[in-house]
Amino acid sequence: MSFKNIRREDASRAVIVHGILLTYTLVALYPIFLVVINAFKTRKGIFRDPMGLPNAETFSLDGFTKVLAKSNFEVFFYNSFMVTIITIAIVLLLAAMAAWALSEYKFPGNTVLALYLAIGIMVPIRLGSVSILNLIVDLGLVNTLTALVLVYVAQGLPLAIFILTEFMHQIPKDLKEAARCDGVGEFKIFFAVILPLIRPAVATVAVFTMIPIWNDLWFPLILAPGDGKQTITLGVQQFIGQYVTDWNAVLASLSLAIIPILILYLIFSRQLIRGLTSGAVK
Amino acid sequence: MAHSGPMTDWRKARLPVIAFLAPATIIYTVFMIYPLIDSIRLSFYATPSGGEAAFVGMDNYRTILADPDWAATFWNSFWNNMKFFAVHMLIQNPIGIALAGVLSLPRLRFRNSYRTLMIMPTMLSVVIVGFIWQLILSPVWGVGADLLDIIGLKSLFGPWLGKEGSALITLSFISVWQWVGIPLMLIYAALLAIPDDLVDAAIVDGATHFEVFWYIKLPLVLPTVAMVSILTFVGNFNAFDLIYAVKGALAGPNFSTDIMGTLFYRTFFGYQLQLGNPHLGATVASLMFLIILAGVLFYLFAVQRRLARYQL
Repeated sequence: MSFKNIRREDASRAVIVHGILLTYTLVALYPIFLVVINAFKTRKGIFRDPMGLPNAETFSLDGFTKVLAKSNFEVFFYNSFMVTIITIAIVLLLAAMAAWALSEYKFPGNTVLALYLAIGIMVPIRLGSVSILNLIVDLGLVNTLTALVLVYVAQGLPLAIFILTEFMHQIPKDLKEAARCDGVGEFKIFFAVILPLIRPAVATVAVFTMIPIWNDLWFPLILAPGDGKQTITLGVQQFIGQYVTDWNAVLASLSLAIIPILILYLIFSRQLIRGLTSGAVK
Repeated sequence: MAHSGPMTDWRKARLPVIAFLAPATIIYTVFMIYPLIDSIRLSFYATPSGGEAAFVGMDNYRTILADPDWAATFWNSFWNNMKFFAVHMLIQNPIGIALAGVLSLPRLRFRNSYRTLMIMPTMLSVVIVGFIWQLILSPVWGVGADLLDIIGLKSLFGPWLGKEGSALITLSFISVWQWVGIPLMLIYAALLAIPDDLVDAAIVDGATHFEVFWYIKLPLVLPTVAMVSILTFVGNFNAFDLIYAVKGALAGPNFSTDIMGTLFYRTFFGYQLQLGNPHLGATVASLMFLIILAGVLFYLFAVQRRLARYQL
């Protein structure tokens, strides 16, 4: 085979490969794109030319004005944001502590405890909902964000502990030994030496913890469905149920829910993939 | 896991070790393990109207599995759930594997951009995804028909989500569209971990990229494929949000989209004229637990063991 032929073959292969990838990318993105562009159109524009970009004639922010006037979108955002941030902070700290103890110290039952803490990776916490609701009622926490945080911390811990334990095994021994020789206490080794070292794994754990919480409908629906306590997912679900025929408002509320998570994703996607491909999840 | 075990003897640091482990273990036990076990306990109790909860043995299970009305509903949701799972296994995972294979070809340009964009739907809320597709497939808007027109298939368009015969399959495809990112990401990561020299040797011997993928790479990532399958199984038998968002708790038309998750919700909270019943709800949850457990055990003992020997 001559050099020229190889070149030509490479080129045609590249066309096929990029054709496949571009087609799928379009399939994945076009529905989202369609909803977002139509949120910025008049009702007429939405129905007459659904696939066109908003132009001078069809551009309108009516939908957004209605959503913001008729619902508490700011409150939904605030609730989702607080629940997510507080849960991530608690999960990261507690999981890092547990992962450190499991990976560093020899104690009886180490393996059993690690397996026990891993059950939650496979068994969905939703199956315990009947008792979780009883527990939350007994604690007087119905319709509070605290209830959601407690359940989400329990939900997020197993995978976070698993990922961080794997990661901590890779921390060089010399670092710890050096600190111990200097007579540094065990608590200080963790907080001053180990915690700063796990930063690369933190993004991966944070994303894996955040996405299911931010997107969850189930627990907000059963634990905190009350006015003023809805998260964004529940708020949008209730809003759309109420204004289902108002296309402008529906499209605008969907866009308001989509855009922040996509921006966050674009910021964190590199860390997420790096965490995955470096073997943090096997 | 190729690393050595823990190094430091804990007797030098009892207090720190307990302090490190206690908070996570306690919260996890109280809000996850205890409710799971207590739910199973509650499934053996019933509350007669106005009375105290009393132990009733297997009565609740007999009701769900043998009472004519309940059994019909239960098995309907179970088989619907199996169909939902089958569509994911037959469509979502092969597409994810194929895309991961293409994406991991050597010297591919824009690799990272493709990857980031193709995974995007996976990051969205199931509820939002349900509504997006409900709008696109709505005959009122008609954009679905316009899109099919581009590829010349406009005549196929119909109110798929509203028909008893097609609603479940349509919802399964919506779910597949969203979750393709999971097999794509995990299998792509596994493919990248295959040492280059294995692949290079085959290429030098004249193998095509497809042959390399089919005969060398795919057998090596089979453990990941098995793991993706069990994750799909657990996720599908735990699904709820999509059906609830698009079809409501009644999973219409005529319960044709009812799956275990929606049945659990209705049994627990009630709907229309039927009151919710926590004990029957706990019974449905326990049956879901058994199904998921059976799947996980099958994976651990039948699949993973057999595949382990292929691992590098």
